[in-house]
Amino acid sequence: MQLDSLYQEIILDHYRTPHHAGLADPYDVEVHHVNPSCGDEVTLRVELDGDTVKGVTHDSVGCSISQAATSVMSDLVIGKPVSEGMATYEKFLELMQGRGNVEPDEEVLEDGVAFAGVAQFPARVKCALLGWSAWRDATAQALAANEGVKNA
Amino acid sequence: MTTTRTFSSPLDLQSVRADFPILSRELAGGFPLVYLDSANSSQKPRQVVQAIEDHYLVHNANVARAMHQLGAEATAAYEGGRDKVAAFIGAPNRDEIVFTKNASEALNLAAHTLGASLKPGDVVVISEMEHHSNIVPWQLACERTGATLKWFGVTEDGRLDLSNIEELLTENTKVVALTWVSNALGTINPITEIATKAHAIGATVVVDASQAVPQFPVDVSTLGADILVFTGHKVVGPTGIGVLWGRYELLAELPPFLGGGEMIEVVRMTGSTYAPPPARFEAGTPPIAQAVGLGAAVDYLSGIGMDKIAAHEHAIVEYALEGLKTVPGLTLLGPTDATDHGGAISFALDGVHPHDVSTVLDTRGIAVRAGHHCARPVHERFGMQSSTRASFYLYTTPEEVDALVDGLGFVRSFFKVD
Repeated sequence: MQLDSLYQEIILDHYRTPHHAGLADPYDVEVHHVNPSCGDEVTLRVELDGDTVKGVTHDSVGCSISQAATSVMSDLVIGKPVSEGMATYEKFLELMQGRGNVEPDEEVLEDGVAFAGVAQFPARVKCALLGWSAWRDATAQALAANEGVKNA
Repeated sequence: MTTTRTFSSPLDLQSVRADFPILSRELAGGFPLVYLDSANSSQKPRQVVQAIEDHYLVHNANVARAMHQLGAEATAAYEGGRDKVAAFIGAPNRDEIVFTKNASEALNLAAHTLGASLKPGDVVVISEMEHHSNIVPWQLACERTGATLKWFGVTEDGRLDLSNIEELLTENTKVVALTWVSNALGTINPITEIATKAHAIGATVVVDASQAVPQFPVDVSTLGADILVFTGHKVVGPTGIGVLWGRYELLAELPPFLGGGEMIEVVRMTGSTYAPPPARFEAGTPPIAQAVGLGAAVDYLSGIGMDKIAAHEHAIVEYALEGLKTVPGLTLLGPTDATDHGGAISFALDGVHPHDVSTVLDTRGIAVRAGHHCARPVHERFGMQSSTRASFYLYTTPEEVDALVDGLGFVRSFFKVD
């Protein structure tokens, strides 16, 4: 178990200065997700512009991995179509579940490739996925709400 | 950073550790295992594993209902476990020992059966330092019945706040359910003192002794509790078995918990009557091999001597508290001296989240627990979301505590918080 492969400098940088931290207005949907086994919590807001992710902000308590992953996730999805963000999530999930056997695609995952080492620490994979699960939930709710407005 | 503090224990640690093969394991990177997570689950001595193996390989059958020779042997083995546990905690009557799946099920049994007579206006009192398993069953019982849940607070130094005990214990208070030793703070609570007051107003006293029975001699005949629960896997026994002890007259009044085989007297299509305790509370095939293993576990602990184990725990906690206080930026959660302090110490390290502390320690072979330890309210009380916990047992050495203290120094340098 290599500590340096888990705690890459990129991860520690995002942990110390998380991007898009602090809840901002306006937003479409706010969600609160927790990791019941360890107590990590994230409150996350999503604002959509049609099918594009206009803004993501978050306020979280948790370990370096969960905080950094939420920061990197925000960078990856903001300004992109929702479908692209969801596809990026699938790539990230594949990396996390790959037990260290998946070669990360830097084109898609950018700073997210730094989390490759997390896959070798099974107890920490859920930390890296907490922010993503919050974003997917909030985005799905926002899309459904927009759909409702259109149909009204 | 290793210090040369004094340490003296009545136990021969080398010979104790020889009974626990897992303790000589090497982990990734060639680090020897430093197991500091016994409050979560204790390790098992060879004697316990061999008793379970012998039962399965030589005596295995179902209990009670099996009429053949093996059935009689299995029944004798299972009931023998009950006798040993009864003697271990000073129960006056073997029929006061009910085997459950774990301590959580035992507390649910208590909350469900005592809860059956609760009504709106009644009060159940628990405390802010409870494990979730002594919170949620009472919340559910109160939701079902309309009774009110009230809480003892926790003082700044991690002790039970008894300043408003007169307000909490009134004629409406029907149940007082408290932990004896906090799994998060390590605090040892004055059960007998509180039980005396609770009995004066007619309340039933339930004690969660999950962290107490492993650590010091317990005598339920003088404690003052009406019901006491603990779990097998924290007393060097197997998982899958818990214990509920209850005063016989109380158990005899309580309704059944789970329905099924062996808990009945007569089953008719119009209704059933129920067996007397303990069978009334043991529906279905019980944890047979686990009861055998638990019997071997309490025999093992008695053979060493619970008074000696308690003295060792006290010495190691004192040694660990001293060591942890030398780590810069470390804040202890709960009592900071070893008086009335159980074998678990939780702490926060400035600038490093507990998960990161535990992962870095893990890469050096040191196993601790990180999170809220199923005691979120008490973390909230101290403005923390989670903590790191080191916990000790009869096999813990001062060198392992030194390894923890050194490891925390490494954690600080790794995360550059120096």
